This record gives sequence, structure tokens and C-alpha cells, in this order.
Amino acid sequence: MIGFRSKFWQDFDWLLLFAALFLSFISLTEIYSSTMAQSSEDFFARQLAWVTVGVVFLFVVAAIDYHLIAEHIPWLYMLAVGALIYTLALGHRVAGSKSWVVFGPVAFQPSELTKMVVVIAMARYLSELRIGRYMTLMQIVKGCVIALVPVILVIRQPDLGTSLTYLPVIAVGLFIRGVKPVALISLILGFVLLLPVSWLVLKPYQKERILTFLDPERDPTGRGYQVTQSKIAIGSGGLIGKGVFNGSQNQLGYLPTRHTDFIFAVVGEELGFTGVVATLGLLTFIVFRSIYHAQTARDNLGLFIVMGVVGIYFFHIIVNVGMVIGFMPTTGIPLPFMSYGGSSVLTAFIALGLVMSVRRCRYVN
Amino acid sequence: MLQREEIELLRWRISIIGYVIVAVLLVLGFGFWNAQVVQSGYYQQRAEQNRIREIPLPAPRGRIYDREHRILADNRPSYNILLIRENSPHTLEQSAELLSAGISMSKEEVLDRINRSLKRRDPKFRPILLKEDVSVGDIAFVKSHRFELPEISVEIQPRRRYLEDQLAAHALGYVGEITESELTSPEFANFKSGDQIGKAGLEREYNNILVGKDGFKRVIVNSGGREMGQLAREEAIPGNDLVTTIDLDLQRAAEEIVGDHAGAVVALDPRTGEILALVSRPSYDPNLFATRISAIDWKSLTTDPRKPLQNRAIQSRFSPGSVFKVFMAAAGLEAGTLNPVQTVYCPGYATFYGHTFACDKHDGHGTTSLHNAIVNSCNVFFYNVGNDLGIGRISQYARMMGLGRKTGIDLPNEDAGLIPSEEWKQRVYKAKWYAGETISVAIGQGYVAVTPMQAAWAMGGLTTGGRLKQPHLVNPQDLKKIGMPGDEIVEEDYPIHQSTVDIVSTAMWGVVNEQGTGFRAKIDGFDVAGKTGTAQVVGKQANLKGQEYKDNAWFVGFAPYRNPEIVVAAFIENGGWGAEAAAPVAHAVLETYYKKKLGQFEAKLNTIALR
Repeated sequence: MIGFRSKFWQDFDWLLLFAALFLSFISLTEIYSSTMAQSSEDFFARQLAWVTVGVVFLFVVAAIDYHLIAEHIPWLYMLAVGALIYTLALGHRVAGSKSWVVFGPVAFQPSELTKMVVVIAMARYLSELRIGRYMTLMQIVKGCVIALVPVILVIRQPDLGTSLTYLPVIAVGLFIRGVKPVALISLILGFVLLLPVSWLVLKPYQKERILTFLDPERDPTGRGYQVTQSKIAIGSGGLIGKGVFNGSQNQLGYLPTRHTDFIFAVVGEELGFTGVVATLGLLTFIVFRSIYHAQTARDNLGLFIVMGVVGIYFFHIIVNVGMVIGFMPTTGIPLPFMSYGGSSVLTAFIALGLVMSVRRCRYVN
Repeated sequence: MLQREEIELLRWRISIIGYVIVAVLLVLGFGFWNAQVVQSGYYQQRAEQNRIREIPLPAPRGRIYDREHRILADNRPSYNILLIRENSPHTLEQSAELLSAGISMSKEEVLDRINRSLKRRDPKFRPILLKEDVSVGDIAFVKSHRFELPEISVEIQPRRRYLEDQLAAHALGYVGEITESELTSPEFANFKSGDQIGKAGLEREYNNILVGKDGFKRVIVNSGGREMGQLAREEAIPGNDLVTTIDLDLQRAAEEIVGDHAGAVVALDPRTGEILALVSRPSYDPNLFATRISAIDWKSLTTDPRKPLQNRAIQSRFSPGSVFKVFMAAAGLEAGTLNPVQTVYCPGYATFYGHTFACDKHDGHGTTSLHNAIVNSCNVFFYNVGNDLGIGRISQYARMMGLGRKTGIDLPNEDAGLIPSEEWKQRVYKAKWYAGETISVAIGQGYVAVTPMQAAWAMGGLTTGGRLKQPHLVNPQDLKKIGMPGDEIVEEDYPIHQSTVDIVSTAMWGVVNEQGTGFRAKIDGFDVAGKTGTAQVVGKQANLKGQEYKDNAWFVGFAPYRNPEIVVAAFIENGGWGAEAAAPVAHAVLETYYKKKLGQFEAKLNTIALR
């Protein structure tokens, strides 16, 4: 037991944890800065609590052998799908989407944690395939189904943005496991052809968001307002920023949803380009450190789990950061470790825990 | 495939993903570099525009007083509802939709106001005026929906208030929002869209004195449009007050006695040119213009056949009728064509150039002296005076005495009246002057036309010995006192013998005091003199009956009859006989003046509103 303990601490990737904690520190500072004017709710204290819980979960997940989780994944997957159906039936509606489940004082989004279940399920499926350069068509379809069941349930909530975050798990998984260039191209083509069809399925507000993204001046006072104000906040921050608590865009309320989706714009305004580079640098460090762990993983299961996590992390980063700077349409996708929100923070730390678990086991055998 | 090979393959693919991530991060990093380093200045400016708002502090217009410093026009606070397009979370359509019901306007009306501003290409930060002079309920709606409608705000604006409503409306004029065409004229170079300017009367004439200088405050506002702090403030400088020469008591007395008649009254001090009362009726309430005048009110004012907006005292010309005889007498005496002791036999008519001209008294005045011809207003006597003078000298003397040309009153759009001449007829009608036309001119008919202001001015000039003082409502000395430029009062002295002045003045004393036509103007102890006039609206032969064909009535009086202090010209449109309709009007004004002079006057309370 003592041997296990010392080995655990020895193989624990402290750098990853410190990177995540440093991000949390920046996040908590800016959440405090952007919400101090609102006395109704103590966002800072809540976020601090969630970070604490997240770190505890990180250690718990890191301590568990990921093979054990993979072994239990079939019923965990069923449980997750059941939770999504439950949310759809009895969930709590916030801003038009039924994506919340409320337990006493705690509200939770099952769609967030489900991501990790899908990552592990997909990793197990891909790692158990017989060795070969490319996957067969049937294998591709089966792999897609694993991710698409929750995707469809989340779309029904309706929360298109969150449902999209499942797709990188498929994309990264299939790409690494191997898809024939012809199949890859036809997949991309099929997706492109599906776009006009999906246009018909989109809700009016979703169409409006995409149109505004393509042409922000279309409605500068309405939907384009958020992105315009976000860009003003970031640009006015300059090289070193206006200083914490000094961002006029943030403090005077010009920034929309500034402690959640647009927290990175607050960083840009108050901490400047320096803060942006530091934050993006820490996120990049986590991503590449994880990729390194994937490459040095003991087996393919570990490799696919870590790469699934990387795919989800990175998708969140480009969609959120891209939105804040105006490169991506407005979607309610949080920035891992940065945006306010329990589900998001908890999921980010659990995902990191999975990476830790893979890393810890790399020299076994 | 060997496991080793497979692992290498998977690692290679992972590396590709790594490169893709690096590429994407570089693109994002470039975006931030561009915004925060390259274009940072631009965004800093945008952030400043966001948080800093310049709010105008409109300057109140100067007050207008009467000669005893009683307020005629001042300002009251009023509230306007504004929309600021910049940073609005709503489309203009949505704003109109959400707001309209709360401030009792239709959505279309709100959008109409917005579109007018858009058409002017106003910058986004310029507030759009949606509704002015709003009710307490409207303000409550906006204040209570501050968070839902951050783009809507309430602004305080001083608004013109005329305390006496219709009283002296034509002298005071009114204010209104500057129009597009006025904005482009050099006169209003310092004004901007939305400013209030004087549109008529004194408000227009002395606009530059009455307007103040707007101030502003630069404040920090949050996204809800709430002020969070103040950066700079420049107080508004109120406009200068204007003290007029109007005597509110005389003005009120004149307005009340004219009442519902159409007409005009001018009372002035001939020694100085100061106007004591300037009445034109029917009148209008200038308060209607203080808030943007409604389309219905505007239409009813402009289409009213009685033309309430017309200032009859200075902008309308009328045949002077027998009032003109006084000037004919003076002209004849000065030209030497009229002997002061000469008599004319009046059989009730006279024949000149083959035409018969009637006298008002059908059975004739008999042998008539100049004095009696004026007292009893004998036409036949003056036919002869006119005929002896000829049109050339008539027009020369009449113009010298102040008729047929502008008096120079400090009000816009004064009419010059008309004194005909051969040259004039040739120019306008391309026709020769007929000697017979001179006969009509001699009794103030035909082409002769004067404004009530001219009648008072010329009478004052004649009775003070040929001294024409430019009539004015504001004393230039008062303007100089407040450091404003004021042109000196123009004084014209024309040559006239004192004997001529004495003869016509004595005769006009007779008009009032010797059972003449002006007996109704008599005031015991105050030697009132004057001359009545009854001017035909249509030819006698037309023989038309009805109010609109009744003669116009004149009485131009002054007192005392030597060295007069006050001249009153009263004109009643379609009033009928001057002796009946106009003389009592002048009497009321003169009586008020006299009582005030003796200290016996009790001012009426302001509660008597003339509507």
C-alpha cells in the first residue's frame, strides 16, 4: 500500500495540475472582477467550491486505473443516456434549453459529464478493434453511433452548441484509428452536403447567429452586439491590459455573459495581450502535455482516452476563444477551467484526472 | 501489421493533430495580436465612446418683460424622451414596439421620428427625439423600464412659456425647432438640428440675444445607460433677458376691447418711438408652438380664413379712408395750394373730370372751412385739396410724412404700405395715371394703403412737428447695457411749419371734442385728439350686404393734442363706421394710459385669460 502511494505521487503529473490551478486562479480573479457589482449571487465563492470539488475528483479519477472504468463503461454509458433522457423529460429549463438537472442547491448539466463517458466508450471501442491500417465502413458507422446517440439527445434539449462538442471525439478517434483517405473525403463531403439540410432544421435564432457571424454589421445592435463589445474589450486591453477591476467594458456591463462564455474577453481587457498569451499558453501546455501522454501511453485504450480528452478540450478552446475574438459564431460553449459553471469545471478536472490515470499507468508491464 | 508498426502509425497521426492544433493556435494568436497590439488604439477609442457620453445641458432662452418688468415670456422645465441608437440591445423596430404603448404613441409614429433622424444621417450617438414635453406617466414608464430599454432616456429641456397666452402674441412671436432650410442659412450658422429658435416676432428679431449657450456634461455610463460618474461639466449660459417697451396694462386693455373682432391696435410714444401696445386680432396662443405644434393646430391656424398668424399691425395694408385727410391737409398747407382760411361749398357731391364723387353727408356740409372739413370729415373739401395738389405732390408729402414706406420697427416682415404715384402706376400697371384717380386718393381710397403701425407713426410724426422716431419694442440702450449691439433709434425730421401742425392738431381736437366723428374717444381732462376713417372694402355701387363687406373702421388718436405723449391707431376690420367701431378702442387704451398717469389705475389680475 505504501509502495502504491509513493508510486502514485511519483508518477503524478504535478505540472499538469499546476497549469490547471494557475488557470483556475486567473479564472477566479476575473470572475470576481466581473461579478463584484452583482450582489445577488456570490459567483466567486461558488466557483471556488467547484474548483475544490474538481481537484478532489481529479485525484480520485487519477487514482483509479482507467482500465477499470473502461470495463464498467457499458452500464456507465447506459446511465449517461438515461440521465440525458431524464433531463429531456424532467429537466430544468434555462434560457430556452432543457439541459439542467437540479439536486437541492446544486444545478447540473448531465450533458457535460456525458462527454467523458463518450470519450471512454469510444476509446474502448476503437482500442478493441482488430489491428489494421484502416477501419472498415461498418466499424466507422458503429463508432459514430456511440457518440451520436447522446448528440441527438442533447440536440433535442435543444442545445446545438453542446451537442457539437461531442463531434471532435468521433473526428479525432476515427482519424487516429485510421480512415481511408477516400472515406475521409466522403465523410467531409457528406458533412458539407448535410449543411443545407441542417439549415432547414435550425431554429430561427440559430440561423440568425450564423448570419450575424458571417456579417456582423447585419445587425450591430442586436446579435452582433455581443461580439462587437467583446472585440472592443479585447482590443482596448492593449499589450498589458487595463488592470484587474479596471476594464470599463467589463465593469460597466458592456460585455455580455462576461463571467461565463465571454470570460476570455475580460482577460483580454483587464490583463491585455500578456494575459491572453499566458492563458492560452497554459491551455496549450495542458493540450500538448496530454498529447505527449497519449503518445507514451501503455496501450491504445489510454491513447484514445487521452486523445478524446484533447479533442474535446481543444474544440472548446477554438470555439470559445474564436467566438470571443469574432472568428467563430456565437455559441454557449464554455472555456475549460476558465468559464464560470460547475458542470464545466468539474468535467474539465475529471478529464484531466483521466489523463493523469493514463500517465500513471504508462510503465506498468 | 506488427504492433510496433501500428503504434508508430498512431503516434504519427497524433503528431498531425498536434500540428493542426499549433496552426489553429497561431491563427487565434494572430487575431489577438491584431486586436490588442495593432488596432488597440481604435478599440480603446471605441471603448471610450462606449463609456463616455456627452449630454447636452440646454440653455434657457432669455425672458421677455414688459416695460414694468412684468414677465411676458419665460421658461418652464419639460421632459423629452430620447432614443440612443448606439449600443442599443434592440433593433429600432423592437425599441418602437416595446416603447410605443407605454408613452401612448403608435409604433408608426415612433418609427417615423426615428426615420427622420436616419434620413438626416445623424451620427449613431446623437439622441433621437421621440416625444417632447411628456407627461409624468410617460416619464414613469421610461424610468421603470430602464433595464429593459437602456436605449431610451429622459432629458430635461427648458421650454418657452407665454404667461399671458394670446396677449401680444404677434409682438412676441413664437419659437420652434430649427428647420432643415434654416440650418443651411448663415443666419443660423451656430445652431444644430433640434435647437429651438425664434420663428416670428421679437423671438425671431432678437433670437441671437435671447438664445443662451448650451452647456454639456461628459459622463460615464454603464451598458444600462445609467450615469456612473461625471468627467467634465460646462454649465449652460442662459440667454439674455429682453425688456420691451410694451405696457402690459395698455396691451390688455386694447386686446380686451377689440375682443373677437379682427383688427389691430398700435399705441406708441411719438416722442421716443417706444411701442406701448401692439395688438393684432384674431390672435393665437404661442404656447402651442413651444412644444412641437400638432399638425391639427397648425392646419387650423394656417387655414383659418381670419388669418390669426398674420400680424395685422405691421404686415397688412388697408385703405386709410378719412384718416388720410389729415395728411392731405398738412400737404396742402405746406405746398401752399391750400389757404388756411379758404372755404369750400359742399352740396353733398362734387364733379371732377366728368365723374361725380359723393360726400358722406348726402345733403352736404354747406360752406366748409378746413377746421370743419376735418371735424366733420367732409369729402368734397378734400377732393379739392387733392385736386389742387396733384398726385405728384400728394405722394411726395405722404412719403415724407412716413406713409408708403417701412417704419423700421424691430419686427420681421414689415409691410411698406402703398402711396401711389404716376411713376408707380407706370411701373406696376404699365398705364398712365388718370387725374380722376387723384380724387379718390385724396380721401384715402383707391390705391392708398397703410399699415396700422404706419398710421400711428405718421400721426405721431405730424403732431410732434415733423419728428419721426423709429418705432421699436426694445430700447437699444437696454441692449447696450447687457453688452449687445443695438442700432441707434433713427430720427427723421422733416420740414413742416408749426402753424400747419397747430391747424391740423386743433382740428383733430375738434374731431373728438366738438361733437365731431371722434366724440367717443373723449376723455375729460386729457385733451384727446384724433381722426376717424371709414374705408370701403368694395365699391359703393356693388351694394353688397353682409359682415365681410362692411367697411373697415379706423381711429388714429393722440393725447394731449399739443406735444402728444401717446398715439393710438385702432383699426377694426369690417367694423363699419370708424366713429362707432374704432374710436372706443382708442378710448379704452388712452383712458388706461391716463389713469396710470394719474395713479388711478388698478391692474387687472392675470387670471383674465384672453382666449
